[in-house]
Amino acid sequence: MQDSLQEDDWTIEIYPKSKLLDLNLKEVWKYRDLLVLFVRRDFVAVYKQTVLGPLWFIIQPIFTAIVQLFVFTNIAKLSTDGIPPLLFYMSGNVMWAYFSGCLSLTANTFRGNVGIFGKVYFPRLITPLSLIISQLLKFLVQFVLFLVVWFYFYFDGSSSGIALHPNWSIILVPLLVVIMAGLALGSGMIISALTTKYRDFTFLLSFAIQLLMYGTVVIYPLSSAPEQYRSLILANPMTPLIETLRYAFTGSGSFDWMYLGYSFSFMIIILTIGVIVFNRVEKTFMDTV
Amino acid sequence: MSKPVIKLENLSKQYRLGTIGTGTIAHDLNRWWQTKVFKREDPYLKVGDTNDRSHKGDSEYVWALRNLNLEIEEGDVIGIIGRNGAGKSTLLKLLSKITSPTTGSIKIKGRLASLLEVGTGFHPELTGRENIYLNGAILGMTKAEVTSKLEEIIEFSGCARYIDTPVKRYSSGMTVRVGFAVAAFLEPEILVVDEVLAVGDAEFQKKAIGKMKSVSQEGRTVLFVSHNMASIKNLCSKGVLLSQGSVEFVGTAEETVEYYLKQDAEAYKSGKVIDKGGSKDIEILDYKTFRKDEESRSFYTGDQLTLKIELKFNEFIGSVDMGINFNNANHELITHITNLDEHVSISGNKGDSKTVTIVIDSINLAPDSYRIDIGLMADGKPLHILENCFEIDIQKGPNIGRLGVFPKHVKVFTPTKWQF
Repeated sequence: MQDSLQEDDWTIEIYPKSKLLDLNLKEVWKYRDLLVLFVRRDFVAVYKQTVLGPLWFIIQPIFTAIVQLFVFTNIAKLSTDGIPPLLFYMSGNVMWAYFSGCLSLTANTFRGNVGIFGKVYFPRLITPLSLIISQLLKFLVQFVLFLVVWFYFYFDGSSSGIALHPNWSIILVPLLVVIMAGLALGSGMIISALTTKYRDFTFLLSFAIQLLMYGTVVIYPLSSAPEQYRSLILANPMTPLIETLRYAFTGSGSFDWMYLGYSFSFMIIILTIGVIVFNRVEKTFMDTV
Repeated sequence: MSKPVIKLENLSKQYRLGTIGTGTIAHDLNRWWQTKVFKREDPYLKVGDTNDRSHKGDSEYVWALRNLNLEIEEGDVIGIIGRNGAGKSTLLKLLSKITSPTTGSIKIKGRLASLLEVGTGFHPELTGRENIYLNGAILGMTKAEVTSKLEEIIEFSGCARYIDTPVKRYSSGMTVRVGFAVAAFLEPEILVVDEVLAVGDAEFQKKAIGKMKSVSQEGRTVLFVSHNMASIKNLCSKGVLLSQGSVEFVGTAEETVEYYLKQDAEAYKSGKVIDKGGSKDIEILDYKTFRKDEESRSFYTGDQLTLKIELKFNEFIGSVDMGINFNNANHELITHITNLDEHVSISGNKGDSKTVTIVIDSINLAPDSYRIDIGLMADGKPLHILENCFEIDIQKGPNIGRLGVFPKHVKVFTPTKWQF
């Protein structure tokens, strides 16, 4: 009796295989301070020894939008759905920057942290989570910038003749961010797991993100896409998110519960696969990386 | 009776050799197919060799740990020793959850912290203080814990003056000090330490060893891996000797170190010849070296060295390949000779006895002692691999004119002709 009691008393038991969906969130919670410190490190360290510091968060999207305004509106004369072009591009960019930033960073989780992962254990999930959060801070700053531009056009709308029609769906914005974060986290974890063995995915990812941007409604509205390609563009789970954001703030663009539901389900599936694959790989990736 | 705090049962870890990449998809698929679809045993689990660096085995897979069983009791300070490749680091990695075992299990009671490196995760752009928090959190401390010990940590590191300077401006010694200081204030029930004490200056090492001692006096369990026998004897109460992935000896630290050194010396002094292969088809009956015509184990550089190896064929073998390694005292393979280089092959009928004579016209290895391994292979498979058969001594011969010794690390002597 006493023996069996003692036998069961182990705090940590390590076996070759673990359960399929063993998220171990309890352990992640125990390491929450590390999560916070990682976020802080990512946020602070990037702009150390720069003069402008976090101002770069704002400079990047402003210049990107201005260049896009010049190339796509003034030269290529692409439609912006009746939304002021600057606002149009900024809304697409702010979303896409978050998604692509999260994706490319989480995809590098295992390779980029070999040094730490090889020497000490902590729940590996902390690393991609910290990236998602530190990118979120950047997103918030850029979103505020978007809001400032939006306010300008909103109150200036009567004079320039473009009226913006913000509506109730603004309350969906947090949901959009959650879906985006989940999409990036899920696919990033899958790719990070694959790159531990097959480096090809690193190369694939870097240009796939660039190309995928053109498959998303970042620089053109869904309404201007040719009919035969529309379903293809809608199959991209990022498309409904950006369209919804534009609809919420300007009234143009499209909004459909079904599309949003599609993005949401897509996110749940990819996140589940991501977690399973990540859990698998984190146990032994040190042997193959 | 103390109770066990760590229990390792049938612990094994397999590694794949060579480059990971080409062929892995095929292997992965095969493995998946066999284990998941047919519910068979993993096909690659059976073929693994024991982990032995000096010989290229015939398998791509190698067991770094094999069926290791060990119980560690509360309050023990265990020194883990063993040759390179005995599985020490693998064991530490498994205990620290850096990688998973292939088979077997590990059970641990209490909080375990491992120190395989000091200053893990230091970010060069952050200040010393920020890095203390970061490193502490990586090692499993909460922010509050670090805050409560911050003053002590800074004081212990002896870097108070630079604590708000980015770590990239630190000297390597200072970085180590700060890193160790954080680790020293971890309060786990079980501490796993790799040879991190080998860093830093003498004063700091003293401090570090003192800290280790005080940790063990508080009744906590420590696992310490080191090549430094003196520090094992000094710090540890018990010793565990690993050999080829399993536990070979367990005893007090003194006993274990004694055992290890004795065994080491024996193996090198040609006493114990380890045979890997052990084929019954052919035997190596004897091996001798001759200087000119006299049997000898010491030579001068430039001497003629003749090796005679007696073989007995118990079965017909069409082609036996022989390879002979010359290893220097630092276990470095200096040269390898084989019949293949001379396009000759050795064969024998059942019952034949043959003496293979190998003549080295002029042995021009740098003066040192060399340990000889003899290997016999057929069809790419080892028949016999005799390690450390014997030792030969090579001394500076008359063909070397210089008065002093060779510069350090010189391995061969190259005879030359000079013209002006």
